[in-house]
Amino acid sequence: MKSIFISDAHIIDPSQGIDSPGNLLLEGEKIVWSGTGKPERIPDEASIIKANNLILCPGFIDLHCHLREPGYEDKETIATGTMAAARGGFTTVCCMPNTNPPIDNRSVVDYIKNKASTEGVIRVLPIGCITRERKGDALADMGELDSAGVVAFSDDGNSVMNSRILRQAMEYSRLFDLPIIEHCEDSLLAQGGQVNEGIIATRLGLPGIPVAAEESIVARDILLAELTGAKLHIAHVSTRGSVELIRQAKQKGIRVTAEVTPHHLTLTEEKVLGYDTSAKVNPPLRTAEDVKALIKGLAENVIDAIATDHAPHTRVDKQCEFATAPFGISMLETALGILMGLVHDGKLDLPLIISKLTREPAAIIGNRAWNLGTLKTGAFADVILIDPEKAWIVDPERFASKGKNTPLAGVRLKGKVIATIYRGNLVYKDSSLKIE
Amino acid sequence: MTTWQEDGSTLLLTPRSGVTTSVWRHHHILDLDDFTPEEIDLVLHIADAMKDVLARPIKKVPALRGKNVITLFYESSTRTRLSFELAAKSLSADVSSLAAASSSITKGESLVDTFLTLQSLGADVVVLRHPQSGAPELAARYISASVINAGDGWHAHPTQALLDIYTIKQHKQSLKGLNVVIIGDTRHSRVARSNIWGLTIMGARVTLCSPPTLLPSGLSSASSWFPRVRVETNIEKALQGADVVMVLRLQMERMQAGLLPSIREYIQLYQLNENRLALAKPDAIVMHPGPMNEGIEISPEVAHCAQSVINEQVTNGVAIRMALLYLLTRSKKA
Repeated sequence: MKSIFISDAHIIDPSQGIDSPGNLLLEGEKIVWSGTGKPERIPDEASIIKANNLILCPGFIDLHCHLREPGYEDKETIATGTMAAARGGFTTVCCMPNTNPPIDNRSVVDYIKNKASTEGVIRVLPIGCITRERKGDALADMGELDSAGVVAFSDDGNSVMNSRILRQAMEYSRLFDLPIIEHCEDSLLAQGGQVNEGIIATRLGLPGIPVAAEESIVARDILLAELTGAKLHIAHVSTRGSVELIRQAKQKGIRVTAEVTPHHLTLTEEKVLGYDTSAKVNPPLRTAEDVKALIKGLAENVIDAIATDHAPHTRVDKQCEFATAPFGISMLETALGILMGLVHDGKLDLPLIISKLTREPAAIIGNRAWNLGTLKTGAFADVILIDPEKAWIVDPERFASKGKNTPLAGVRLKGKVIATIYRGNLVYKDSSLKIE
Repeated sequence: MTTWQEDGSTLLLTPRSGVTTSVWRHHHILDLDDFTPEEIDLVLHIADAMKDVLARPIKKVPALRGKNVITLFYESSTRTRLSFELAAKSLSADVSSLAAASSSITKGESLVDTFLTLQSLGADVVVLRHPQSGAPELAARYISASVINAGDGWHAHPTQALLDIYTIKQHKQSLKGLNVVIIGDTRHSRVARSNIWGLTIMGARVTLCSPPTLLPSGLSSASSWFPRVRVETNIEKALQGADVVMVLRLQMERMQAGLLPSIREYIQLYQLNENRLALAKPDAIVMHPGPMNEGIEISPEVAHCAQSVINEQVTNGVAIRMALLYLLTRSKKA
């Protein structure tokens, strides 16, 4: 059985409240020991990694990404998407069902799981559709999807606009106690919108997406969660008003959780000036005031998790007129680097960010994510090493992802994933890491 | 005095105080947001010289001989397209026109590929009209020829704004401190946007008068990304003290989109008619970028009254476009 001994690390594991120097022994696909000294026995054949005070933490869990397979393999495949995830420190990703065909039946779930086990380098957990073909008018076979192993239900890319259908989906979801993940956007209010509504939209002559398009659906969904008792998870929160609505809902004890993306935590609407389609994303980048509220919401646990909404597109997809370009940012490989900016600026601390990428997302998909997002003995050996000080320049040409669509090209980030170990296997390592 | 060198390549301008071609920095004309007052002054000054050319019996000078000017229109247009073509021809350029409907664009060719093709074919200047905001900026990133924006989406129509400013300047001593009221659908208007930039750069005060559903968003927030304008939704109040009244075309789609209840109500609330025009300064001028819906946004009486300069705008458009073509092709030699 292969094993890895990581010594001289600084361990951060929010699931156990650990933030201190330590060592870790992995054997087979499990964590078998952690502590400050040495285990009783280190297998002779064990690889030794001297971490030299690098951060050692559980592998990240992404609640929200687009692997594009099946259907859009020119944008991304499970092979390239999971490699991109590994480079970004993710050992588990939940993939959204806006594939072609969409994940609304067992055969697509099986296809993705099969592909992931043969071509993927990390764990892929599919999310099933709420409605058939994501059309919003009839429930998908949620029971079949549940038994096929989906971790949540979502029509991501659309809200379920029909409130009656969503109510029924929420009620029905209680059979499985899996979360309903809603992309909150009133499709009529947002119709034709390209960027955040406001002065930047006016300057560019582009139709805006008002904050009320998001907030009105957040409010409706919270009311329906209260009515039905379902587990509601709000995807990619982007506005100050949404944070307030979620805060109030949590105070009332409604079962709601929320996620925010690295880009909404760090970038503002000015990024689209010059019609930069790589910054065109839905929900749109908002104002500095919204960014501030999102950071505060994260720090105060109103927002539970950070999710990438990794949305790869081809060069041709994005190299066009702004309104023709699809929404989305390729984010898996830059997530940690851009989030570390918040740490270096003193806005958030590193254990909190790691918690939002490990323990918290594991709790949201709790039923199917047992043993994930933790360094407890017996847990899966999904661990990563981070150098918080290592500076690097974002070069999309070197992404593992097929999606080179990032507004961060050429930007210098400080903080990098040095190694990713998935179930005891080293699936990514930075060239600087030495293994004995 | 304007003279032409014998080889026909250079337009020599008599120096006028404060005007020099050395202030010109542009390789493309995408919008007026990055123009200086000196550059706008220079364009107006050269347009004067071009107007002299247009007044001659033989309206042709050789300034752009051997240059390829291509007009590429993805939207229908009468005056803008003709105006550019006449301007280029008066400067002796070789002009080719491409209408999107009859080109490879209908076969799915992308804008970038279309521009790379035009580049390979030897274009010196491409005049682009496109229904999507930002298309000229995209094109300009991929082509070494000059791109002139002849109108993109709701975003910009810089040559229209320059001809409007030129027209105003022929009637008013200076733009500084002038009250310019723009009436109509300012939200969807590229003419309004470029005029807001150009007029404020030249020191005029701009008031937008639109129903709230047809106003641009975010104007109340203080931002360095857009000029400060005054908003007055009541037309009578907006017109008081106006030196210039600019009326915008009302698109019939706005009614279908539920932005307005009816044409009848729009006429009642926002049509520029004689009674309302009387609230402006007595020497106020009336402008319209065309094409007009007479009887809707502007009454026929006002459209053709003594204060109307709408026909002058069209004439001035050719001179302005000649000036821009001259400046762009000239700047490449430097």
